[in-house]
Amino acid sequence: MSKEAVYKKVFGRPQSLKKAETHYCPGCGHSIAHRLVAECLDELGLREKTIGVPPVGCAVLAYNYFNFDMVEAPHGRALAVATGIKRVHPDKFVLTYQGDGDLAAIGTAETIHAANRGENISTIFINNAIYGMTGGQMAPTTVLGQDATTSPGGRDSRLHGRPIDISRMIAVSDGVVYVERCAVTGVKQIRRAKKALKKAFKCQLDGLGFSLVELLSPCPTNWKLSVKGAWTWVNEKMVKTYPLGVIKDTTGYEDKK
Amino acid sequence: MPSEKMLMGGSHVIGEAAVRAGCRYYFGYPITPQNELPEYLSARMLEVGGTFIQGESEIASINMVLGASAAGGRVMTSSSSPGIALKQEGISYMAGMELPGVVVNMMRGGPGLGNIAPSAADYFQATRGGGNGDYRTPVLAPAGCQELAELTFLAFDLADRYRTPVIILGDGLMGQVMEPVVFPDFIDLKDLPKKDWALAGCEGREPRAIFSMLLGQKGELYYHNLHLQEKYEKITAEEQRWETYKTDDAEMIVVAYGTAARIAESAINEIRNKGVSVGLFRPITLWPYPIKILRNLSLKAQKVAVFELSLGQMVEDVVLSVGERAEIHFYGIPGGVIPTPAEVADFLRSAYSGDGKVGRRIEV
Repeated sequence: MSKEAVYKKVFGRPQSLKKAETHYCPGCGHSIAHRLVAECLDELGLREKTIGVPPVGCAVLAYNYFNFDMVEAPHGRALAVATGIKRVHPDKFVLTYQGDGDLAAIGTAETIHAANRGENISTIFINNAIYGMTGGQMAPTTVLGQDATTSPGGRDSRLHGRPIDISRMIAVSDGVVYVERCAVTGVKQIRRAKKALKKAFKCQLDGLGFSLVELLSPCPTNWKLSVKGAWTWVNEKMVKTYPLGVIKDTTGYEDKK
Repeated sequence: MPSEKMLMGGSHVIGEAAVRAGCRYYFGYPITPQNELPEYLSARMLEVGGTFIQGESEIASINMVLGASAAGGRVMTSSSSPGIALKQEGISYMAGMELPGVVVNMMRGGPGLGNIAPSAADYFQATRGGGNGDYRTPVLAPAGCQELAELTFLAFDLADRYRTPVIILGDGLMGQVMEPVVFPDFIDLKDLPKKDWALAGCEGREPRAIFSMLLGQKGELYYHNLHLQEKYEKITAEEQRWETYKTDDAEMIVVAYGTAARIAESAINEIRNKGVSVGLFRPITLWPYPIKILRNLSLKAQKVAVFELSLGQMVEDVVLSVGERAEIHFYGIPGGVIPTPAEVADFLRSAYSGDGKVGRRIEV
């Protein structure tokens, strides 16, 4: 009996991920999110067709980890850069991978307008409610009461304004076909997140328009919590401001049970 | 085949020249006085199967340019002074990432919103980098419609050859003026330079990344800057362009560019009729500035008169070129006011005689 018949590979590194050590902190959600994106691209056979745009923020070096073509964008401009790419290569697969500061603060205009133009692009939005790379400042998505280095004592709506829910904001636009909010803090949530990513990617392949998957993602380092504590905080506290689920779906796809 | 002679406004000339030069991607945001350019291209790009997007801001537009350039497209944006200030972010990134692209600035009065009249007060912004970091961009200064057409072709060429953003520095008048123009023939898109660095998906090769951030501990950013500097030195050595007018017998050299040079030319003719021999030195590349050429001309003439539609920006490059080798006189008009040839002639007479009535002597 041959070796192949006995041993079957059931788990390995996706081809869309480079064999590289990341700079992400222990317990950071980016590693899970990277892997999910990579698995989806592999499974859809998209790696060699993909051009990605990382954010400025913790994932700024994503091109060291993703194994496909990527181009840096200035802070917040990923969807403008992606628009330029997609117009030159309408037949390629274009994605942006952005954090909350990048997508929902400095890049709000670029996000809303690319979405509203219905650019045929897929966006992965990592919401960890904090500025990670710069050391834990308040993010646009920091929830009320959450401690950050620039909202000492907790975010107070009168002092710091309210958290922004940009996924719901863009969902009102006709250019947007699919928006779902998932989390990467539990096996069930991670499986759901992968399904959502795949669906978003399929929207682009079918030329339907703009799609976005928001992933609630733990940042134990800047939240000053243990890894387990960070997961619990997402699943119990953060979801109250950002409830999980499909926010918009006009794809007409039938979800397989 | 070149086009027939056509009568066209400056902004339309740039648009048509860009299309003929193979530009198929334009991203911009409305601002006076250059709206005729995006308006023209919004229709023209449809005819040639190109892309026109009116971005949500100047910042978004320049970053669309960045993306299209990284993807290998021949791409352009345009704006006017305050809008160009907003584009500096993208221009700096493109310089760092070595991405080609053409940026047109039809200058208006500043600072701030200023006014919408022609001005040339963005010389520093254009020639000194404008954005953050140690970089330069070639700056081309047209002085008429025919030159607008030719320099638009050149701008795309230089951008691709040196993988750098290139700035066409006109002003509100240059954008509006109508003159006859003969366009060079359409470039066959198949003949555009191959871009083996651009992104198109990694099929059949290793993945590529284009970025400006170099955090490495082995001096990656240091060496990248030295590499850029080497490129800028090559551009300085090989790409200086200028024009002279009646300088052979000139006892005084008038230095002016763009619209100011057109006015200066009329003023020169006026006072030449009265027996004062002056000639014009018109830099076409403002960066790299034709330093040595101007130095040699000024050595012969001993007097230099600088006229600008600003309160004194290019004059600093004239001082760098000429130093103490000749007398330097300066006359500048701020804030979007266009002087008549007669007023400039008054300055030239004053500079020539040294009576100090119009303009001022620059002490070096």
